[in-house]
Amino acid sequence: MSIFDLFRDNSKEPRSAQVAKERLKVIVAHERHQRNAPDYLPALQRDIMDVIRKYVDIGPEQLQVDVNEEGNYSILEVNVNLPK
Amino acid sequence: MAKIVVITSGKGGVGKTTSSAAISMGLALRGHKTVVIDFDIGLRNLDIIMNCERRVVFDFVNVIQQEASLNQALIKDKRCDNLYILPASQTRDKDALTKEGVKKVLDDLAEQFDYIVCDSPAGIEQGAQMALYYADEAIVVTNPEVSSVRDSDRILGILQSKSYRAETNQPPVREHLLITRYDPERVARGDMLDVPDIEEILAIPLLGIIPESQAVLNASNKGMPVVLDEKSDAGQAYLDTVARFLGEEKPHRFLEAQRKGFLKRVFGG
Repeated sequence: MSIFDLFRDNSKEPRSAQVAKERLKVIVAHERHQRNAPDYLPALQRDIMDVIRKYVDIGPEQLQVDVNEEGNYSILEVNVNLPK
Repeated sequence: MAKIVVITSGKGGVGKTTSSAAISMGLALRGHKTVVIDFDIGLRNLDIIMNCERRVVFDFVNVIQQEASLNQALIKDKRCDNLYILPASQTRDKDALTKEGVKKVLDDLAEQFDYIVCDSPAGIEQGAQMALYYADEAIVVTNPEVSSVRDSDRILGILQSKSYRAETNQPPVREHLLITRYDPERVARGDMLDVPDIEEILAIPLLGIIPESQAVLNASNKGMPVVLDEKSDAGQAYLDTVARFLGEEKPHRFLEAQRKGFLKRVFGG
């Protein structure tokens, strides 16, 4: 840290390493989840998306399809965020 | 029983070949008979890092396709009697590596060597999958940088699902984290991911931390594994890494920012 940094660093923005850590935590958790999901999930997600889009215009971030293991069965969880 | 160790990362340019050269030389210096195999078919580079590029006559693919014997293709290191190099082919494409072919070569090597170090190519295609397939241990080389950490996690997923050990329900491949190009000053300023951050995200045991160092480029310029530069920070960090790999307790070093002189502290630089 030099005197020049004192003038540069007085903003409240978090340091970039902190930003990197948060972004990585989110993407790695997401990708691990996908890795353990059944192979058909992306295709199923596309099909569900197409069906909903016949009626309501939604974007990819408004549909979440997950498979969660619960003991000896799995739960298919579909979350759709409909625009008002 | 020979141990098969893969040096892998997913991302390119993070230091797999540098680490393969340093770790295999380190194991050999500790008295273990070691062979290091270049799995990067078509982009051979371990030979030039190990200073044997002009001694390559036959290669890994020649052996798999039975055009040469294993002993014809193995290159003995001139600095350490315990170390041999099996170079990659420079001309064939990477589909030349088959599970059966690789297994045959590894089985033959296992009769002569204590450690078989597999230097993986970048990516997650055939070459990288072949390099890790038969591994007992994996050293995952990671830079403190988002794309490298993400790719390391991806490779961990492949080790856990597509390795021979995973496919045959054996005990899993033992995973080790090796952080390279670590710059303590940038970490201190909050501009680089620190060790606990990376450990937390990847959640595998830490084997070593290699500081960003001039010595690494100097060593590769000369074709000398950096562990032979015993005075250098990176050389010592790799020797510590090898000692830990062999089960010794060693504190991690080179994690503190260098103290700067007064002028540097005032004016930066």
